[in-house]
Amino acid sequence: MRTFIGIDLGSTTTKAVLLDENRDVIGRGITNSRSNYGTAARVASEEARIDGRFTLFRRALHAADPGHERVQDFLGALERNFRLVQFLEQLDDLEETCNGQLRSERFAAVAGGLREALSEVFRRLRAEAPELYAPGANRKSDFFRDIAGSRFHAHAEAVAKDAGVPHDILLNAYDKSIIEVENRPPGGDLSEKFRRAMARVLEHDPHLIDGEKDVAQEIERTLGVELEETYLVGTGYGRVTLPFSKEHIRSEILCHGLGAHMMYPKTRTVLDIGGQDTKGIQIDDKGIVENFQMNDRCAAGCGRYLGYIADEMNMGLHELGPLAMQSNRPARINSTCTVFAGAELRDRLSLGEKREDILAGLHRAIILRAISIISRSGGVTNEFTFTGGVAKNEAAVRELRKLLKENYGDVTININPDSIYTGALGASEFARRAVMS
Amino acid sequence: MTVISRPKAKPADAIKDASMAKQKEMVNAHYDRLASARENGEKVAATFVPGNLNELLMCFDLVNNLPEVNAIQNGLRRQSGAFVMEAEKHGHSEDVCTYVKSDIGMMAKGNIGPNGKKLPDPDVLLLSYTGCFTFMKWFELLRKEYNCETIMFQTPYMADGKITKDMIAYMVKQLKQDVIPKLERVSGVKFDIDRLREYLKKSAKAEDDLVAVLQSAKNKPSPIDAYFGGIYYIGPIFGAFRGTDAAIDYYRFLREEVEERVRQGKGPVTPDGDMGKERYRLVVEGPPNYTNFRQFWKMFYDEGAVVVASSYTKVGGTYDFGFRHNPDEPLESLAEYCLNVYTNRNLPMRVDMLENYVNEYEADGLLINSIKSCNSFSAGQLLIMREVEKRTGKPAAFIETDLVDPRYFSAANVKNRLESYFQMVEQKRAGARAA
Amino acid sequence: MLDKPNSTTSDIIKRCEELFTDLYFTRAREWKAEKPGRIVVGFMPYYAPRELVHAAGGLPLGIFGGGDQLEVIHGDAYYQSYICRIPRSTVELGVSGRLDFVDGMMFPSICDVIRNLSGMWKLMFPNKGARYIDLPHNFEDDLGGEFYVSELKETCHWLEGMSGKPITDDAIRASIAVFNENRRLIREVYELRAAQPWNVPSSELYLLLRAGMVIPVEEHNEMVRAYLEAARNQQRPIKDNSRVVVCGAFCEQPPLNLIKSIELAGCYIVDDDFILVTRWENSDVSLEGDPLTSLSRAYLHDSKSTPPKYEPDEAKKGLYLVDSVRKNRAEGVIFAMTSFCDPGLLERPMLQAVLKKHDIPQIAFKYAENSGQMQPIREQAGTFADSIKLWSGA
Repeated sequence: MRTFIGIDLGSTTTKAVLLDENRDVIGRGITNSRSNYGTAARVASEEARIDGRFTLFRRALHAADPGHERVQDFLGALERNFRLVQFLEQLDDLEETCNGQLRSERFAAVAGGLREALSEVFRRLRAEAPELYAPGANRKSDFFRDIAGSRFHAHAEAVAKDAGVPHDILLNAYDKSIIEVENRPPGGDLSEKFRRAMARVLEHDPHLIDGEKDVAQEIERTLGVELEETYLVGTGYGRVTLPFSKEHIRSEILCHGLGAHMMYPKTRTVLDIGGQDTKGIQIDDKGIVENFQMNDRCAAGCGRYLGYIADEMNMGLHELGPLAMQSNRPARINSTCTVFAGAELRDRLSLGEKREDILAGLHRAIILRAISIISRSGGVTNEFTFTGGVAKNEAAVRELRKLLKENYGDVTININPDSIYTGALGASEFARRAVMS
Repeated sequence: MTVISRPKAKPADAIKDASMAKQKEMVNAHYDRLASARENGEKVAATFVPGNLNELLMCFDLVNNLPEVNAIQNGLRRQSGAFVMEAEKHGHSEDVCTYVKSDIGMMAKGNIGPNGKKLPDPDVLLLSYTGCFTFMKWFELLRKEYNCETIMFQTPYMADGKITKDMIAYMVKQLKQDVIPKLERVSGVKFDIDRLREYLKKSAKAEDDLVAVLQSAKNKPSPIDAYFGGIYYIGPIFGAFRGTDAAIDYYRFLREEVEERVRQGKGPVTPDGDMGKERYRLVVEGPPNYTNFRQFWKMFYDEGAVVVASSYTKVGGTYDFGFRHNPDEPLESLAEYCLNVYTNRNLPMRVDMLENYVNEYEADGLLINSIKSCNSFSAGQLLIMREVEKRTGKPAAFIETDLVDPRYFSAANVKNRLESYFQMVEQKRAGARAA
Repeated sequence: MLDKPNSTTSDIIKRCEELFTDLYFTRAREWKAEKPGRIVVGFMPYYAPRELVHAAGGLPLGIFGGGDQLEVIHGDAYYQSYICRIPRSTVELGVSGRLDFVDGMMFPSICDVIRNLSGMWKLMFPNKGARYIDLPHNFEDDLGGEFYVSELKETCHWLEGMSGKPITDDAIRASIAVFNENRRLIREVYELRAAQPWNVPSSELYLLLRAGMVIPVEEHNEMVRAYLEAARNQQRPIKDNSRVVVCGAFCEQPPLNLIKSIELAGCYIVDDDFILVTRWENSDVSLEGDPLTSLSRAYLHDSKSTPPKYEPDEAKKGLYLVDSVRKNRAEGVIFAMTSFCDPGLLERPMLQAVLKKHDIPQIAFKYAENSGQMQPIREQAGTFADSIKLWSGA
């Protein structure tokens, strides 16, 4: 079948959306952005194709229809096992790369002990892997870099101690290797991985699909459907040189506007607060951009600002919003300057202000800046869609609702759980239009 | 998958047409004249581009040295960054105008001009206080270093959108009672009003041709880029050549060259040769960035964007609404010239002008290059944008750079916004076609 | 509140603080509503011919930005990040309707930003008056003077257009007299503070001046008189503070906390450039002859020096600061300049050089009207105060 892919190369994550001829989203994929943008784009689009396969499986097996709960369980198990297979493969690659590192001069002196220690770390990683992908397991991140990194660090210390090799050399070998591994384009035959995952599922629970007809055949048949990449459109922040030729690039503003329009056709104003920029976009009833404004050179008040605050407070980024929600007396914070954020915070804490009040004030300050950018782009006239990482922050959303109401009255505010894919969605539609119209 | 890497373009020597080469010769000749002014017994007056009284200075045999032009030249030669930092090292704030800091930094580093030769200390600072508050502080700072005669020549601001009798009277009186006597004293040359009339006659002639060149952009395709190319075109007349035969020759030559391009249906010449198909016609408000001038221009011509009118080319004189230097009323006409300078016009006038340009030159929209250094231009530009957009119904865009501080040019940021803007224009057109 | 015979300084300052924090300008609204036909005309720092508004039967209303309590939302939409704060908050005051009762605004020629704001006002509020007051930088009577008289004349016509009544010379002279009185009183406050800084805290002085921006001058005269009396009759504890002159606050206002922080850090401010319009002329403006010429002559020959004003004589550059230090027995100068302020920040190196030549200690920092962080200011001012003592002790 013909598919159209949109890729949004962001400063922290790369997103891909796979669209079919009917403008239906088949799959979504996300990965961490990395130094090799080409690889990031390939990984994200492969992830979208994997997700797309599951969509096709669900369709083929009528998973959504009543009476097919077992199919749902089966597909859940299939996905977990697929991820496990994928993880183990990447682990192999990582180990091999680490071992390769040992040949370099830097590690020559301790190579022998190091090799044993490494092999022990990877043995442990492999042993615990199925647990990571067990039903209900809680993973902080799905990116290989994050999982492998945190688990490697967890094991390396103990192993290094036992083996009597310097801990930091072990970490050093990892750091060098992970960059190499994650910048390698994804390899291996996807269908083969699905088959291995399927085998694992049935090995573990041979009766899982009893009573369902022809599941194995349907899976096999579906794997036979080629997901032809008919056209691709990439977008992303201008600072990166997108690894696409010119006719395959659309501006992120246009993609964002169109993506928001596809999610909510009545949207006229889109606010996106990302890591490094804030955008206010006005669109018409067809999703065509009428006006846009972005924060100026100064990145004050963007998502990254919250990141600094989280670091400064020694908290996780996702913990900021909930703490801010506990405030009854938000502090008045006038500067959203990222450079001075830490100093201002310490100053206020030393004056006895409460953490939640300061945080509530910070959230308000960010949203105030965003409202200014919206005002600059032409204000709010109709439905409003909020996207970007900060849209997931409840304290920010609360301030936004308040300020929009104060300044523009009652407007519908849309926040989509998949808002991170807004740009990629718009890009995929541009890809579809390039061929279909 | 269709992932293709873009080839890296290799830099080539900039392609120039004959007028550009001629212009460059003129600028170089002027710097050589300045550098050898002392040997040749010539005296030097430093003054500013907006509201410069070049014809008057010529009456006293004074050679004109324009610090903004020096800053521009240093920007183009990538020396301004170091000069700006030098000035900041000496206590100048990072917040203020980089023209000033580039100039002060250049002085601190020996005042070596763009031609590698030392610039002479000025004998007089003619503070033409026109359209920019910073000029005043700038020359107070220079006065402290040079300790020479400083003449304040105040141009009232056109706050109500009109030139009043009292404004002209104030300026003419300043010229008669203050500026001219002081220039006589410094130069030792007696003022001869007929000499001034002669120069003004020449100015008007060159001004006619300049206007014809700038208005040639009404053609489709436009034979010129009225911003990036325009900067070359305004050089002589905004600088030391207004009122000279050299300027008359240059502008006649330029006009013929441009008219030939119109006959051939050609677009502008860019540093990479003739521009490809004209896809977007823009009006630009605000000065350019000089530290990355070519890179900045390329972002336009690579996309087929041509600037058909700009406000910056009116910063040293606005001629396209009919004003010409007038030998019959020499001092009054100098006053009127100063008053008409673009940054001396109030915001409603600027909005009218830009609206008019968008309509008259059939532009796709207004692009504002907001310059961090230049509050005279920049303060209020976001409102200007809103107004022009509202009145013309054409989309506008906003980018931010600086004149000569390389730290304020973020290529990726500018390119991102420009491309978004061009695509937005394209998308709207497609939408309009579909409707 | 002033009908009580013996107001204390704290009563008066409490009233000033209410006026200062009231960005709805209740007192001015009330004044306008008291009599039909009254006009209110706003003006921005640092100087405006308030006498003319007064003579037109109007209330000159000082619009000095939004301070640190106003949340600027729409004002920010009009300005890039490298432009100072005062025009943003002023626009915010305008678009939020807080100035809906103001008939016209005067924008003196401080800098390009405020100059351009005059045109923005015309575009944004076409039904309101907006007048740019072009101040002369030539100080000859028959050049800059004549020009300024013509500017003042046009300002009169503009005011007459709003009030619908002609402004007579006698009315202008009467207004000059009232403002002369106001300036005399303010000068007295300054003299008292220089003599007994412990009895006139600068945060109080500042609030007293600010109050005068939003109430009728006659009321303010009473208020200042009462304050002077109360301040003279009390004795507050004397501290071992250093005496400083503050320079740079001529346009965008320092947060009140900044003034307090300087004082808390161990400094007595003995002279400053807060709200210069209250004492722009150094002595009484003449009541003889043509009143516009009197105002013009006072501007040209008898007014304060400040960064936005041209100094024609290089030899005199910055000496006003040295004079102030001498006259007020100050031990140093604190440059508190507004971020992104062209006139202030371009002037600063010149002033610093003059002070250096005269061996006057100095420090410099920047602020914005909404600066929230005072810790660095306290630290710098405190260190400065201590080091001044060390120097003078040595």
